[in-house]
Amino acid sequence: MHIRTMADYAASGESPEILFWVGCAGSFDQRAQKITKAFATILDAAGIQFAILGKEESCTGDPARRAGNEFIFQMMAQNNIQLLNAYGIKKIVTACPHCFNTIKNEYPELGGHYEVIHHATYLQQLIDEGKVRMKEGGSFKGKKITYHDSCYLGRANNIYEAPRKVLEALDSELVEMKRCRSKGLCCGAGGAQMFKEEEKGTTRVNFDRGAEAVATGASVIASNCPFCMTMLTDGVKEQGKEDSVQVLDIAEMIARDLAQGN
Amino acid sequence: MNIVQELLFVIALGAGIYLFTGKARQIWRNISLGRDVALNDEPGKRFRNLLLLAFGQKKMFRNPLVAVLHFFVYAGFLIINIEILEIVLDGIFGKHRLFAPVIGSLYGVLIGCFELLAVTVILGCAVFLIRRNILKLKRFVSKDLEGWPRSDANYILITEIVLMLLFLTMNTADQVLQSRGVEHYTVTGSFWVTGQFTFLLSGLSDGTLIAIERACWWLHILGILAFLNYLPYSKHLHIVLAFPNAYFSDLRPKGKMENMPAVQHEVAMMLQPELAANAPADAAMPKFGAKDITDLTWKNLLDAYSCTECGRCTAACPANITGKLLSPRKIMMDTRDRAEEVGLNIKKNGSFQDDGKALLRDYISEEELRACTSCNACVEECPVSINPLHIILQLRRHLVMEESSAPQEWNMMFSNIENNMAPWKFSPDDRDRWATES
Repeated sequence: MHIRTMADYAASGESPEILFWVGCAGSFDQRAQKITKAFATILDAAGIQFAILGKEESCTGDPARRAGNEFIFQMMAQNNIQLLNAYGIKKIVTACPHCFNTIKNEYPELGGHYEVIHHATYLQQLIDEGKVRMKEGGSFKGKKITYHDSCYLGRANNIYEAPRKVLEALDSELVEMKRCRSKGLCCGAGGAQMFKEEEKGTTRVNFDRGAEAVATGASVIASNCPFCMTMLTDGVKEQGKEDSVQVLDIAEMIARDLAQGN
Repeated sequence: MNIVQELLFVIALGAGIYLFTGKARQIWRNISLGRDVALNDEPGKRFRNLLLLAFGQKKMFRNPLVAVLHFFVYAGFLIINIEILEIVLDGIFGKHRLFAPVIGSLYGVLIGCFELLAVTVILGCAVFLIRRNILKLKRFVSKDLEGWPRSDANYILITEIVLMLLFLTMNTADQVLQSRGVEHYTVTGSFWVTGQFTFLLSGLSDGTLIAIERACWWLHILGILAFLNYLPYSKHLHIVLAFPNAYFSDLRPKGKMENMPAVQHEVAMMLQPELAANAPADAAMPKFGAKDITDLTWKNLLDAYSCTECGRCTAACPANITGKLLSPRKIMMDTRDRAEEVGLNIKKNGSFQDDGKALLRDYISEEELRACTSCNACVEECPVSINPLHIILQLRRHLVMEESSAPQEWNMMFSNIENNMAPWKFSPDDRDRWATES
């Protein structure tokens, strides 16, 4: 698969259907890179003309802003907006709920107006439109799966159903944790916690969540956020279940079971 | 005799209302100490929130059983106000059951409904007392509530039970007196609840019954006036402020953080110096973030006064669940306590005199602020649209931008973003390397 950048498209005078905003985690974190590749594979299979910004992309500024550093946030945001506007970008899809939230909700006030879609919603649309089809008897058929709501997709933006609809396409059995949807428990990484040690407490947030997810008896924990991915994977390890319980992004699950001829 | 009673009543009523307005004005002043934000857009959506959240108690129904009990107490409170209206008018004009002849046979039905409500209020309050003091639910035994807040909650519940019992006893005595045709006691027929209990008092003399009826009447209305004046000092103020607070609740997606136009402008000048040439000279250096209550918005302070310390926020807070110091409820209680302290300072000195204290550190520690994951669980849970997260994030801005106080790891993250355009120390040139690897 050849991944084209916005610069490539601009050079040939074309414009892509969507911009795939990869985000820092999706670009650099080894585990999250797999999510990025899986999502790109799906887009490719669905025949979507997409571009990435490549080396031109920068952090949205989300962790800096939430930690309290508005200066760095504004620098990142205004630079990104200049770039996006220069390319005339209209539609952005991202696999990171933090990037999604920032670009969708915080960039408009700074002059960046785009249609921003999280990959859970986009995957659901592609499935509904028949652009993405699953093979019969895929690897998740009948398997017990639990889904972890990320705060920045769920409570922050009220998207609860789209990822669940995507999981339905896999013909698996969804078991909900007690704390789900608007009552979902954070993975512990939001608000820039990803980048520092937790404060002193009785346990870690991801250990608590990992235990809850493992207790459902599901063999797969589905997530939609690279930060949740890291935290839940650690949580599962702490439970000593890393061999029997997988943490997978919904894009990875879809990519694994794509029907031939998509 | 009647004239004396009427006079005493008018004095008590006047004093009660006068004292309440005085304290209410202080609270209004304290809330106005916050910085201004415009929250008057989209009135349609705001009225919807008012109806759903305050009148409809929508968020309470996240926990249906408690919601039903709370609804009893709430509906009882709202509707029994009609009864209080009659009592007040009776008191002023020296009449008894002024509405009875006006409404006719419906009057008995109306009072019957009030009595049923009174019973459900007693039931609700009793269950609430049990949950707090016998079952000791986790969020009610938390150390946030040590001392006054815990007693406050119990005083309110006990007072409500007493007020309702006085109302029911008054009606019981009244019906016995009616049945004996005692002068002044308007015949209304039997009431639904107390009508079943008249036998308890039927052996008493007319004089004793009149004494009981009058004592209950006076204690009931004086109790209500006292309760009215207790409200502004109590967490129970939510019965008033929940309504405006729901109306002014944030309409934006929960994930959106408040913008800082001053910083936005500053950075725009830096990135595009050509704009700076035409820009007007800057006024005084703005403050970044919040250190004290005067840096917060008036909505943050209204939130603090609306908080009824139920602790649903803290019970849902991932930091609190895992034993960290942070408790969103405590953030709200601290904000209210500090606002009260600043208010007293102003009252005493005419204007605010520096007391060497601030909301940050004297009330809320850095450790608490650092533990927040900005997950919005506290905001989601609050039945009256309080947003503790907004306060936490403003205090964090002060720490980082005014004091350069951040954990070392965050400073590294900041410099990584500045230098490498990513929170981790990777070369920006490697950003698309994944695209070329198989």
